[in-house]
Amino acid sequence: MSVKIGDVSYKDRIDKGIENEFMRQAVSSAQGRFRTGRLSQAEELGNWEDWRQLGSEIRTHTLENIDYYLQQLSDQVARRGGNVFFAETAEEANDYIENVVKKKQAKKVVKSKSMVTEEIGLNHCLENIGAEVVESDLGEWILQLDEDPPSHIVTPALHKNKEQIRETFAQKRGYDKSDDPEELAAFAREQLRKDFLSADIGITGCNFAIAESGAITLVTNEGNARMATALPDTQITVMGMERIVPTWEDMEVLVSLLTRAAVGQKLTSYVTSYTGARLEDEIDGPDDYHLVIVDNGRSKILGTEFQSALHCIRCAACINVCPVYRHVGGHAYNSIYPGPIGAVLTPLLDGYEDHKELPYASSLCAACTEACPVKIPLHEQLIRHREIIVEQEKKSPVAEKVMMKGFAKWASNPAAYKLSTKMARTALKPWTRDGNIENGPGPLKGWTDVRDFPAPPKQSFRTWWSNRQKEGKA
Amino acid sequence: MKVSLFITCVSDIIFADVGKNTVEILERVGCEVDFPAAQTCCGQPAYNSGYLQEAKKSMKQMMRAFKDSKYVVGPSGSCVGMLKEYPAVFKGDPEWEEAANDLANKSFEITQFLVDVLGVTDLGSTFKGKVTYHPSCHMTRVLGVKDAPQTLLNNVKGVDFVELPVKEDCCGFGGTFAVKNPAISGEMVKEKSQHVSETNAEYLVGGDMGCLMNIGGRMRREGKNVKVVHITEILNTQEKGGGIA
Repeated sequence: MSVKIGDVSYKDRIDKGIENEFMRQAVSSAQGRFRTGRLSQAEELGNWEDWRQLGSEIRTHTLENIDYYLQQLSDQVARRGGNVFFAETAEEANDYIENVVKKKQAKKVVKSKSMVTEEIGLNHCLENIGAEVVESDLGEWILQLDEDPPSHIVTPALHKNKEQIRETFAQKRGYDKSDDPEELAAFAREQLRKDFLSADIGITGCNFAIAESGAITLVTNEGNARMATALPDTQITVMGMERIVPTWEDMEVLVSLLTRAAVGQKLTSYVTSYTGARLEDEIDGPDDYHLVIVDNGRSKILGTEFQSALHCIRCAACINVCPVYRHVGGHAYNSIYPGPIGAVLTPLLDGYEDHKELPYASSLCAACTEACPVKIPLHEQLIRHREIIVEQEKKSPVAEKVMMKGFAKWASNPAAYKLSTKMARTALKPWTRDGNIENGPGPLKGWTDVRDFPAPPKQSFRTWWSNRQKEGKA
Repeated sequence: MKVSLFITCVSDIIFADVGKNTVEILERVGCEVDFPAAQTCCGQPAYNSGYLQEAKKSMKQMMRAFKDSKYVVGPSGSCVGMLKEYPAVFKGDPEWEEAANDLANKSFEITQFLVDVLGVTDLGSTFKGKVTYHPSCHMTRVLGVKDAPQTLLNNVKGVDFVELPVKEDCCGFGGTFAVKNPAISGEMVKEKSQHVSETNAEYLVGGDMGCLMNIGGRMRREGKNVKVVHITEILNTQEKGGGIA
């Protein structure tokens, strides 16, 4: 897989999402839980807006000095016996990791949840060279068994319910028990335990790389990242180049924001930090450690109006409040990064050509911007994308262009505008019934497919106003 | 105090009563209201669709129209919110930057103006009926006006107020979004309509006619007889039960 999931058209994806009542119910109730949790945790922490500000400042400072911090991180990891590889592209990252797998003659790789490895399509590459890759995050494991892409960046199998999961386990792994979540989880645990113990290599993502110490921090509720980093002899961390913080103190601020914003928890069950390979005087740690830092288009975002999109700490708070996401689900975005942050990031990482509809899949309600714990102005960035699509990419529809040219003429010419306020009622009369339009013409059609449109009144405001002025006010 | 009415194009063309009620409320609290006839649209339909050059033409007309105004007051959180974006749009433009700052600084949404500028929280209004309120997205999250409408509504005698479930959720209007993505917008407004029904309110009140036109249009399509009214209608009703003319 890469950023883009498949080739289904935008309209078909939207229709498919809307028709999937089942998924929508699951998403809606999850959003409700996440929203309540986030708000109550923010309130309990107190001064949430100050915390957001601090989080945003840490991210801004880090990105503005990212060259310095990446160098520091790299030096620290090397000092602790790790190998650091800077991958400019997905291919470079995959090639490097493939080589490690080949050199180790590794048969089995166990992974913990990582969006960046989805982004670069790592699993596919490793399977192509004959390695068995096992996802150990429960949601990811379910999707892997079912060959289904993630629909959410924190809870990737959000679109599936327990009955569907039971079915997947039964078909793929001979599971014969109930759809009770505890039984399902116990089965997954038992299956995955064997994989943890037999894996040759552990591959994880990275929530925060701490530049001052070279430590990698992972945030989970299942403890799978701890297993994946504690058992195999060879460890590989794959991180997007922006997932870096200067100090432990900065990490503490961001982790406080992350777990609250993501799942409404003060802290997740496990926050795991680890450094490099086992040194000579140490008893624990892997024999061999690799940190792969992936650019894959990120450095092109630096210095642009979209730089703050790299603030993202992948909490999904924007996704959890998004009404568009609620009705169409994650797969409708056709990107491994769905929701508002996905609509912003996807065209940046994978180009406008395949994703030109995404920036418009938003009512610009700004719920995302308000929820973001690191203050990314998401809805404003969607407008910036639209400006680029219109003015640079020239990908907007012809009819829309004509309409907007007309708008500009109308709205910059007071006489023409004034005339239209007087004529609107007459112009719409052929379609008006009982003061409303139920089957509108042209651009009104999309509107009247789902709702009525009110007809202009007998007396316009301007007529009322001028009569009143003549009468010397009522 | 001299105040210029910014009626907004939606009310200028379709919702004349919103303009009338806004004028009458402002006069009741002692303002001298004028109506600069050269005003048009704030530019939001073009701006939000990515047509920045087209939007700017509209915005410049608005700056010209309100050049001499002391205060500009409009019955829409969204349209006034757009005026507040002008400084960002014209930043570094030697000809328009100052005018953009000026217009943004002197513009207010009607409830914001009453409560935050004039300090008026009780208009002595009476409105009998069960009322729920939809706080529109741009009013609350773009303009940042959260409390003023509620404060004013709380002081209207006779109002039986009931909270709208998940009130902060978007109704699906989103300007051109409603025609560009009608399927998604449709699902959003169906959900909003459902939430309104859950309140059993007779009146749905809001501060943005775009959103109210959307929710009202959907409820009419569903055959519901909830009346949809702009907040100025409630605030401008002194004795009788209300409802849009």
